[in-house]
Amino acid sequence: MSTTADTDAAAPGEHPPARRARPLPPRAEQVSARDRWLPIGIAVASTVVVFGGLARVITASPTWPAIRAQFFDVDEMLAALPQVWAGFLVNMRIWAVSLVLIAVAGLGVAILRSLPGPWMAPVRVAAVVYVDLLRGMPALLLVLLFGLGVPALDIPGLPSGRLFWGTTALVLGYAAYTSDVYRAGMQAVHDGQRAAAKSLGLTEWQILRHAIVPQAIRNVTPALLNLAVALQKDVALLSVIGVREAVREAQIYTSRTFNFSSMVTATLLFLLATVPLARFTDRVARRDQERRLQRTR
Amino acid sequence: MSAATVPKLRVDDVTKYYGSTLVLDGVDLDVADHEVVCLIGASGSGKSTLLRCVNRLEPFDHGRIMLDGVSVDDPSFGRTGLCRRVAIVFQAFNLFPHKTVLDNVTLAPRRVHRRDRAEAEARAHELLERLGLDGLAAKYPEQLSGGQQQRVAVVRALATDPDVLLLDEVTAALDPELVGGVLDVIRDLKAGGMTMMIVTHEMAFARDVADRVAFLDGGRIVEVGPPDRVLRDPTEPRTRAFLQRIIEAGRL
Repeated sequence: MSTTADTDAAAPGEHPPARRARPLPPRAEQVSARDRWLPIGIAVASTVVVFGGLARVITASPTWPAIRAQFFDVDEMLAALPQVWAGFLVNMRIWAVSLVLIAVAGLGVAILRSLPGPWMAPVRVAAVVYVDLLRGMPALLLVLLFGLGVPALDIPGLPSGRLFWGTTALVLGYAAYTSDVYRAGMQAVHDGQRAAAKSLGLTEWQILRHAIVPQAIRNVTPALLNLAVALQKDVALLSVIGVREAVREAQIYTSRTFNFSSMVTATLLFLLATVPLARFTDRVARRDQERRLQRTR
Repeated sequence: MSAATVPKLRVDDVTKYYGSTLVLDGVDLDVADHEVVCLIGASGSGKSTLLRCVNRLEPFDHGRIMLDGVSVDDPSFGRTGLCRRVAIVFQAFNLFPHKTVLDNVTLAPRRVHRRDRAEAEARAHELLERLGLDGLAAKYPEQLSGGQQQRVAVVRALATDPDVLLLDEVTAALDPELVGGVLDVIRDLKAGGMTMMIVTHEMAFARDVADRVAFLDGGRIVEVGPPDRVLRDPTEPRTRAFLQRIIEAGRL
């Protein structure tokens, strides 16, 4: 690029010889009105046709007026809001607490699974069995088993709240997933890092603590945030064991009024929380991508 | 080098297999105190593996490696004694990307050798300054050029005041214009009397800095001697063929 600029500079240019005849950077490309507006017009028109057509098909259904009154009654939605909002705050609290517990427990399991040496074999086996079992079970089943099963055992000394056991089920299930994400992140750390740490005389534990784990966490942050979004929705599973979170409150409202608009209220609240988090996750993932590209350059 | 004194480093009939592939085949090599030995040879000739055996990054199957007459697997070294006295610098720097330059350099002194933070940092700053890196202590590796990163890696290796420095193709990953700065650092270390084993493809540098050059082929040391003789007038046909290829590639 610079070579062409230099040779061009030697040629007599039409530009006034202010300092040194150097061709100006190319002007922003001239786009005709047609080239500029036609694609936008097509995009808008096609969007309107597709979604408008879809809306038409739906609203043309003979049952649509009834559906609209049942699900999208704005007055009912607003009336349900205080009750559903109170439940939604419970969701957010469960979410925040489990998020922290999952992040810590998942990392713990991943580290236990990577401990070397024959003495650690039982620990590794336990970690593998735990991850395989818990990851293989549907979250709904876990919530039912823990939320209804454990309190029914009536073991003295154990807490019996369904909220407690439901949250425990979520944490155990998600920690299994998360541990595998961490593990992948740890395996992605270059071998040279381990060699460098070992040559400096660090112990196995110090190598994990100072070299491997910090880089692993950085590697998997986008993936972890993705799980955080999924967890936000899965908290609603606790409704099946009677925890009064947003979905449960919406159901209660529905059973009283025979109108499902409260469900839509709950849906909108979930979207309000997950969409920004998903956008944030995308941004973190993009920054992570840029960092990697820069490193390998 | 007098035969009566114990060499700083003695590699005695070291043999190593990867599975059933022979990678080091009865290697004998003595390195005297303050001596610089360059290991040359084609890729896969065992140079890097030999280096990694010296500081026990890799196990070997037969033979002995001795530091000041004491086997490197002697319990008297403890868990970290050998790491303190034999340091290595890698081709790809292998700095910890999540730690600052200062934290990279002080990690081993503080966490392994339990030195006081202030003391470790003072020593780190002193070494960074000596290698022309003052002002970079708070930076992260990815903010530095390759040449600066490699010099930081040298400082990290020097931070425990080792007796022997192992350098594994330390300029191979650098842009050509950055090679000189790193080689200058190694020349300074030689002037300061550091004992070094250097794996390198820079023949001109080897001729310049080495007291002796050892040519490896197929896991054996085929020829060893002063650089002027081995690089200008090799006796072994295999050494000659290797140097011929290097000359054709324009690297000598």
